[in-house]
Amino acid sequence: MKCHKCGATAVIQMRQHRLQLCGVHFVEWVSTTTQRAIETYQMFAPADRVLVAVSGGKDSLSLWDLLLNLGYQAEGLYLSLGIDEGIGYSAKSLEMCQKFVADHHPAAQLHVVDVGAEYGQTIPVLARTRRRGQAKPCAVCGLVKRHIMNRVARDGGFAAIATGHNVDDEAAVLMQNTLHWQTGYLARQAPVLDERPPSPAASGPACEGDLREACGTRGGLARKVKPFVRLYEREAAAYALIRGLDYIYDECPFAKGSTTNFYKELLNQLELTSPGAKQQFYLQFLRARDAGRVTFAEGGDLVLQPCARCGQPTTAGGLCAFCRLWE
Amino acid sequence: MVKVIYRDKNWEVKPGSTVRHIIEKAGLNPESVLAVRDGQLINEATLTRDGDTIKLIAVVSGG
Repeated sequence: MKCHKCGATAVIQMRQHRLQLCGVHFVEWVSTTTQRAIETYQMFAPADRVLVAVSGGKDSLSLWDLLLNLGYQAEGLYLSLGIDEGIGYSAKSLEMCQKFVADHHPAAQLHVVDVGAEYGQTIPVLARTRRRGQAKPCAVCGLVKRHIMNRVARDGGFAAIATGHNVDDEAAVLMQNTLHWQTGYLARQAPVLDERPPSPAASGPACEGDLREACGTRGGLARKVKPFVRLYEREAAAYALIRGLDYIYDECPFAKGSTTNFYKELLNQLELTSPGAKQQFYLQFLRARDAGRVTFAEGGDLVLQPCARCGQPTTAGGLCAFCRLWE
Repeated sequence: MVKVIYRDKNWEVKPGSTVRHIIEKAGLNPESVLAVRDGQLINEATLTRDGDTIKLIAVVSGG
């Protein structure tokens, strides 16, 4: 199997693009595809500071590597969740992020927030002791991660939070939301989630006294972007292998058997017989929605108010879900 | 023989078959794995040779 660009031995075949490439041309293709997504969806500009959420896995480390190689001011954020489960998962994943910096980008800045040390409880402990986490720790974990990422991005003045979500992630979520007709989620799923500035209510009664400063600096939602939105998960992994990025092969022990992974496997079975099916499903959904061919009644703007304790936006009024977690 | 490694399992197959054949024979989806030989990514049409060690890497992850 030969590279379509230079005739050398190909390392990967991408049936959905009818394309097979050698290592050099594959890395070049991933860079071009990602840069095009950044520009098409106007994710951020070259002068912007971007906070990349890194987990030590293939997607986030590949994304960070690529953004740095493209010349973006990309800093990493690692959240130490305190997940051990007999395999030292969090310790190992932090080590991968630190090794990435040391081996590939010594000048890059990695921010680390230790949830247990900073907030008093790790994710497994929180999940065991809170009703929200009883069925699955992922609900608690997602809430905590979103809150802290937003805080660090807002406090640090970053233009956007970039995550390693790819076509497989997005198509699996789309499938899940479609099968359950989660119209609110379907209305909001996008490669870019716009920044929401602090509500004018942030200077109102809910934010008086000590909270005024918190509301002023931490209010609003940071912009979230997904530069790998045109890449398959297989391609993100191939990029990491070709670039020699060490990443954590084990997935989070709590994610084993997750619904999202089940949908990903289903979509990959479909992809095997219909190359391009995943990509068509997701991208055509975005096009149809953006063109107004499908609309969702719950697509209106959510009314956000500042949390009375931390100042981050909440739709609930009073305390946000994150602050209620620690009650 | 060719040694195949996937997650915490390993087994041997006869040389001469393609990587894709090994993947399918193992009951895996070629869309869900990549193959590495001597630390290098290889395409699924690659013919295996006696003495090769092929590592299959799962690409589906979550969490």
